[in-house]
Amino acid sequence: MSAVIDVHDHGHHGPARGLMRWVLTTNHKDIGTMYLWFSFIMFLTGGAMAMIIRAELFEPGMQLIEPEFFNQMTTMHGLIMVFGAVMPAFVGLANWQVPLMIGAPDMALPRLNNLSFWILPFAFALLLSTLFMEAGAPNFGWTFYAPLSTTYAPSTVTFFIFGVHIMGASSIMGAINIIATILNMRAPGMTLMKMPLFVWTWLITAYLLIAVMPVLAGVVTMMLMDIHFGTSFFSAAGGGDPVLFQHVFWFFGHPEVYIMILPAFGIVSQIIPTFSRKKLFGYTSMVYATSSIAFLSFLVWAHHMFTVGMPLAGELFFMYSTMLIAVPTGVKVFNWVTTMFKGSLSFETPMLFSCAFVVLFTLGGFSGLMLAIAPVDFQYHDTYFVVAHFHYVLVPGAIFGIFAAVYYWLPKWCGHMYDETLAKLHFWLSFVGMNLAFFPMHFVGLAGMPRRIPDYALQFADFNQISSVGAFMFGATQWLFLYIVIKTIRGGKEATQEVWENPEGLEWTVPSPAPYHTFSTPPEVK
Amino acid sequence: MSENMPVKPGRKVVVKLLGLVFGMFCFGFALVPLYDVICDITGLNGKTGGRYEMTGAPVVVQDRWVTLQFTTSNNAGMPWEFQPQVSSMKIRPGEVSETFFVATNPTDRAMTAQAVPSVAPFASARYLHKTECFCFQQQTLAAGESINMPLKFFIDKDIPKNVTKLTLSYTLFDLPEVASN
Amino acid sequence: MLLKSNPWVRCIVGMLLMFSNSAWAEWAVNLSPGATEISREVYDLHMIVFWISVWIGVVVFGVMFWSVFAHRKSKGAVASQFHESTVVELIWTAIPFAILVAMAIPATATLIKVYDSSEAKIDVKVTGYQWKWHYDYMNEKVSFFSNLQTSQDEIYNRAPKGENYLLEVDEPLVIPAKTKVRFLFTANDVIHSWWVPDLAVKRDAIPGFVNESWTYVDQPGTYRGQCAELCGKDHGFMPIVVVVKEQDDYQKWMKERQALASKERELKDKKFSKEQLMTRGEEAYAKNCAGCHNIDGTGIPPQFPALKGSQMAIADKAGHLDIVINGKPGTYMAAFGPQLSEVDLAAIITYERNAWGNNTGDVIQPIEIVKFKAGK
Repeated sequence: MSAVIDVHDHGHHGPARGLMRWVLTTNHKDIGTMYLWFSFIMFLTGGAMAMIIRAELFEPGMQLIEPEFFNQMTTMHGLIMVFGAVMPAFVGLANWQVPLMIGAPDMALPRLNNLSFWILPFAFALLLSTLFMEAGAPNFGWTFYAPLSTTYAPSTVTFFIFGVHIMGASSIMGAINIIATILNMRAPGMTLMKMPLFVWTWLITAYLLIAVMPVLAGVVTMMLMDIHFGTSFFSAAGGGDPVLFQHVFWFFGHPEVYIMILPAFGIVSQIIPTFSRKKLFGYTSMVYATSSIAFLSFLVWAHHMFTVGMPLAGELFFMYSTMLIAVPTGVKVFNWVTTMFKGSLSFETPMLFSCAFVVLFTLGGFSGLMLAIAPVDFQYHDTYFVVAHFHYVLVPGAIFGIFAAVYYWLPKWCGHMYDETLAKLHFWLSFVGMNLAFFPMHFVGLAGMPRRIPDYALQFADFNQISSVGAFMFGATQWLFLYIVIKTIRGGKEATQEVWENPEGLEWTVPSPAPYHTFSTPPEVK
Repeated sequence: MSENMPVKPGRKVVVKLLGLVFGMFCFGFALVPLYDVICDITGLNGKTGGRYEMTGAPVVVQDRWVTLQFTTSNNAGMPWEFQPQVSSMKIRPGEVSETFFVATNPTDRAMTAQAVPSVAPFASARYLHKTECFCFQQQTLAAGESINMPLKFFIDKDIPKNVTKLTLSYTLFDLPEVASN
Repeated sequence: MLLKSNPWVRCIVGMLLMFSNSAWAEWAVNLSPGATEISREVYDLHMIVFWISVWIGVVVFGVMFWSVFAHRKSKGAVASQFHESTVVELIWTAIPFAILVAMAIPATATLIKVYDSSEAKIDVKVTGYQWKWHYDYMNEKVSFFSNLQTSQDEIYNRAPKGENYLLEVDEPLVIPAKTKVRFLFTANDVIHSWWVPDLAVKRDAIPGFVNESWTYVDQPGTYRGQCAELCGKDHGFMPIVVVVKEQDDYQKWMKERQALASKERELKDKKFSKEQLMTRGEEAYAKNCAGCHNIDGTGIPPQFPALKGSQMAIADKAGHLDIVINGKPGTYMAAFGPQLSEVDLAAIITYERNAWGNNTGDVIQPIEIVKFKAGK
């Protein structure tokens, strides 16, 4: 298109007014915003469930809820946080940032983009509606092992299955869109090896999504057929095998874990160089490390199943392949630390979250390495040690990554600087609350507390109490985050075009706030 | 704006990706037979194979004895009495042996059941060959009826030296849909 | 003691002392070295990997924190320009790889030992039920259920909690010391997982399949564990207690159990008074039924219907026998016929038909259960 038409267009092509703007929009920024708000609502919903869990676990004995409802809460908390909070938040960030970072005017498939967002609320309405049904919400854990989730499931399992189908479809459409955008719409001169790391990690994540979300759809379809159509994929009586469920589930589930962390790797790789005022160390090795992590993630699934009784050779294979993942992950951590080394550091909120990410994610990596050792995993498996491990990689990993990204790019999105003092308060309260909540879980896990229990023996009482206090603190702090974001949207110090000091990337070459349409004429990348 | 997007070159990518999505969905289902094949080869889940077709009499290893232990369980809601006739046998690899399992239906209605075999340790499952087994078909018993069910088998001569004891377990599952037909 | 009284003080002191071994033992913040050779090897492996992680952490975070303090813009630090070095990348790929290989060697050795269950003297079949364990001494013909002993009153805070709250059972698994015991795991309904930390044994119990593991405990003692795989409502309420006895004591115990088993079989044909059945029934009800139907028979509708005043318990006797003995497929109601003795079944049904105002006056004798099971 010519520049002349472009100038003309600007007059008429602002956002439409009213509700229909959001329903019909195909604009990547609008859709990104909706994804982010949706995921924040889900974050609060899943968080509220975590608060109920921690309140019940505050002291030994059953106080507030019944064991049956407790199981519903752990199940829904997991499902909502994984599929409702973390994944949509990353898709939202991709929607906002990928076109801005590769110099594209929009996503490659704008109408598909609209659809992939708008089916999400239906998926979660379906899932959440089960809470109000007589049979109760799904109560078989977010990993829904058969036969607890088939023969022994509440009747609402069908709602759960369709919910998963819809959110899977949404993720797949989102992923296709992101790949198509990255492969086809980069500005002239932006070769693959010049792409910002956030774009790289999202490209790899999108491929992971496309590879494994259909497998998840397959496994829930098999459940559906077992429950309603008399097949026996997972029932031993008809020649099936409940362990097969676990194999298929974790074939999806392990790459899924990386789906929730790779984009955060990308975010941190954007932020640390900016606030170190130094180029990212080892860009090429970062790309290769991310790719090898993604590749290896298909070969390690059975480390979630060391106790199901695989033959020795199987255990050894999955132990070795899992340990191997530590190598590329280590390379990434070393690269981040070396980027900071001899830089000129300052600690605005995005940088604080990123530093916490590097340290705490690495702690989660250490416990992951411990879990990889099969004979020792017999002691850790299904205890609070595992709960501590995956909350350490997901909360200061995925969630802190998202917070860092929001603080980093929010001024670009809405044209105002956020309140640095409040944001720092948000960071420190989150940091302390999160560690208080999850660090003691290592101890109770090692001391022998199984996960997913509504009541526990007396020797676990003290640490559980501390965990609960930390969790309440972390939970309450997120209202502060909401306040900070709303305050920034409504006003505040004007943000400059660059926002930060000499940040790298095309997103800083457009004005703040980013206009409704950007890069209608592709920029030239040297 | 969207109408002016350079969608054209994107179409090829999208078609390829949709193909990948479809392929991976099928792959999820392909994992089911694939898993059975892998289990057959490696004994991953301790399931024994179907009827073993004998090709000539197996070679008997004269100087080795393996203990085969039998155990039975009932799955939830299965009221039958179900016991092995002997609790264990000492046999030589290659030697074809026969034993019986006794099942009684104590209820006042006809019931159909399926026995599911499993071997511990899992890795030894592929060395246990059954030439005749009541687990190859469903069993229907009238109210109060009792039955002696045969099992003919031998242990492969290639069974690893360190295996001295195998456990063969049968779990009886109630098949209510079959019984009501 | 001050430390005992205040959890906050304990917490702070605990965190301060985190790295000293004596503190670890006292605060139960670490794995227990356990009671078997395998569990000690597992503990050593755990500590090796832990300390390797600590040292890697010290080096990596050391560099990071040094940068955080020394290379601040506010201190006038000027950024260097280096951003690539293939040599460095290769070094920090190779070193971790070498460390991993060093860890994998002892781990493999231990795993091979864990998998060697040959030459065990005793075989115990462990079956997971919703929500209790069943132990079957396969060669001794002794078997029994092991239920949570902690009362509902303790759980619902109506009575003070005992020392072994939630970790006590009515019938522990008893095994001899210094003997290799092989376990076979299976399940009746959903997947459970049998775990005793001190033995370093955790194996999934899967319906339709048998899994195996083994242990060799050096010292007599009581070792406690819990179900580790989510198995439904009372997943948190199916503990495991293993009592390890000296050889002689074990033999004595086994003789007693065998005698008891034959006595139970005799009891089948005996007549009981209503009082005897009610007393026994109250006890057996509390153990087997109260978890779902409540100690006062009110249940937790809709999944777990009330028995108090229900048509089933005050009128339909045949239906009552049927549901208790055969269960109700598709619901949480299990078939207790194969699980409990005829005497206990008779006592429970008698109790349910006469307690909480269900004053039917019915007395069900064990022989009726035997007859019902045989199809009348």
